Amino acid sequence: MSATLTLLHDGRTDEITVADPARPTIPADALEATLGWELQPEGLCQGAMCVPVDQDALVGDGGLDLGVFADALQRPLVTDEKHVVAALGASHHDRGEALASLQAPDFTLPDLDGNPHSLSDQRGKKVLLVAYASW
Amino acid sequence: MYEELADEGFTVITVGIERSPEDARPWIEKASPKHPSLIDIEHLVPDLYGMINVPTVVWIDEEGRIARPNDASFASNRFKLLTGLDSKRHLRRLRAWVRGDAPALTPSEVRKHQDLPTAAEQEARAEFTLAWWLSREGHDDDAERHYERAGELAPHDITIRRGSMRTRGLNPMGLAFLKIAIKSALTRTPLYRRIEDSPA
Repeated sequence: MSATLTLLHDGRTDEITVADPARPTIPADALEATLGWELQPEGLCQGAMCVPVDQDALVGDGGLDLGVFADALQRPLVTDEKHVVAALGASHHDRGEALASLQAPDFTLPDLDGNPHSLSDQRGKKVLLVAYASW
Repeated sequence: MYEELADEGFTVITVGIERSPEDARPWIEKASPKHPSLIDIEHLVPDLYGMINVPTVVWIDEEGRIARPNDASFASNRFKLLTGLDSKRHLRRLRAWVRGDAPALTPSEVRKHQDLPTAAEQEARAEFTLAWWLSREGHDDDAERHYERAGELAPHDITIRRGSMRTRGLNPMGLAFLKIAIKSALTRTPLYRRIEDSPA
């Protein structure tokens, strides 16, 4: 029985139709449109970069098991079966590499009025980034 | 601080790690700052920068490079007794760096002071993302096991554990936080990760 999987990833919320919610498989077209990776004979590819994927992991007409996708990219995948929702986090390798490069990761966030601001808007200035909370 | 150095090619960006803009509104409106004061309800900045508590400050230079990595520092000494953090030292260093009187850290010193994220911390962040989505969809009971799992994966991530308390009906200033603080003291895991370096 097919179901709609809510996938939380990269700050986005996407809905994907999956055949088996207990073992979600991402159709090849959704893989590219939603997650930005293309299935090629070499494996999962993004531009010139490819990550090998076990060909046995391919399901149906070119779909890929979401768990296999997450493992291949070393990204954490956590799910709630009752609500058919999954969160695909960032790989600690990717985050670590970015930080170790010493280039400050750019971000865009809203102010109180909902206007977006990016760190990169401040290029040319020294910046004190302060994360705080009311709790 | 910002007012004093704004003409010297310097700005502050504050990021409130909150559940809604309304939680930060009284703070921001009281300070009415001229610098960007942003709201991060998804914990994007803690994820990108590997922050595990607040307050955390990062110095970023004119080219967008990290000049001094994650460091626990308050803007005033209001909480010094509780946290053991002396803000004056940090402000003195910052002022010297902005004015060009003293360098920040060398790239190798920055690297040495960075705690890069672990697989468990990233999985905890994914559990938090899932829990927070369930909370907002009105499924508080089902969110709870994901908040708990996040806490098991990264017990030292106060941003997740304390930051989710109000959503979960717990008091972040009460017993639930006291338990985390005691556990952290017993296991010698600092709640606030500061950079230990020579006096400025």
